[in-house]
Amino acid sequence: MTSLHSNDGAQTLTARQAGLVGCHSCGRVHPMGTPRCSRCGAALHSRMPGSLQKVWAWLFAGIVVYVPANIYPMLLTTSFGATTENTIMGGAVELMHHGSYGVALIVFVASVLIPVGKFLAIGYLALVVDHGSRLGGRLRRGQDLHRRQRLFEVVEFIGRWSMIDVFVVAILSALVQLDFAATINPGIAAVSFSLSVAFTMLAALSFDPRLIWDAEQDLT
Amino acid sequence: MTRIVMLAATALVLMVAAVFFPFLELSAGGMVRQSSLLDAVLAFSSGLLLPLTFAVAALIIVLPVLRLASILYALAPMALGWHSARHGVAAFRLAEALRPWAMAEIFIVGVAVALVKVAGLARLGIGPAFWTFAALVLVTVLNDTYMCRLTVWKTLEERRRP
Repeated sequence: MTSLHSNDGAQTLTARQAGLVGCHSCGRVHPMGTPRCSRCGAALHSRMPGSLQKVWAWLFAGIVVYVPANIYPMLLTTSFGATTENTIMGGAVELMHHGSYGVALIVFVASVLIPVGKFLAIGYLALVVDHGSRLGGRLRRGQDLHRRQRLFEVVEFIGRWSMIDVFVVAILSALVQLDFAATINPGIAAVSFSLSVAFTMLAALSFDPRLIWDAEQDLT
Repeated sequence: MTRIVMLAATALVLMVAAVFFPFLELSAGGMVRQSSLLDAVLAFSSGLLLPLTFAVAALIIVLPVLRLASILYALAPMALGWHSARHGVAAFRLAEALRPWAMAEIFIVGVAVALVKVAGLARLGIGPAFWTFAALVLVTVLNDTYMCRLTVWKTLEERRRP
């Protein structure tokens, strides 16, 4: 990696060119063609088979269930006989009216910014890697590849934090069951939202970051 | 190695306490409502939301426990200076695969947000399970920072049964 930084565009020898394959689970290096890792027993692949297909499938599933998650109510609050329904955005806006801007920001970031950002980032990475010759044609420096790798790491790390909102709903509806005064019940959006988070996590997990570095041979 | 094993064992003990002690207590207008971690899990157990119960239970209780248990199983024999356990390699691989899905630390942030939302509505009491769960999260994070995956894999390979 450091060699890539110091002399830009210089060809580095990849494991694949050297006839080697690294285990994605424990990192041990084997000669090409070994079916299973001798250390941890995971199946060995030079590149994950069908990685991009899986990424697209999980990503679209995630986007599809994200739509009802925003339309249907997340929380049903019953207070003295009157029921109010709160969607994800509604909950954040209401928190802001109460004056707790910090918490409103956390909810907004976790349940709107992160999921949408993740859709865009995963889609961008998959597109760039897939049409390496066309979209990646503008790629001139090794740093671009580093930036993509960093983007992938951020997406992989941050994805699970979207679940905050689902947990908030779970605690609220377990805690606030005061018969007449106030009751909070979960809405159907909680299910589709957690599905959306799970699907996009799977999309990030099935992306093979080694595909990013395959574009290196296109460097001019 | 010993430190990781000890931290994992601590986290497991804390988890048992966190599940069964009362978590939070809400009182308004003379009514008191106590809820444990299990109640939070069972909050979705009506009608269409039922699958979410299993998901939440898995994410905040089952998977963290499974992960800690498999780390213990893989590393404890080696910390005592023995050969690695029979399926220790598979157990550690499982622990690594579960890492993104064990969401205890995300749950605690969710609790904080929920507390702010409820604070205006009623008086809140924080039960012993809240503190044990917070400690559990801290211990788990420490565990993950101390554990070097490459070293563990190397040691697992060296101490293999002949």
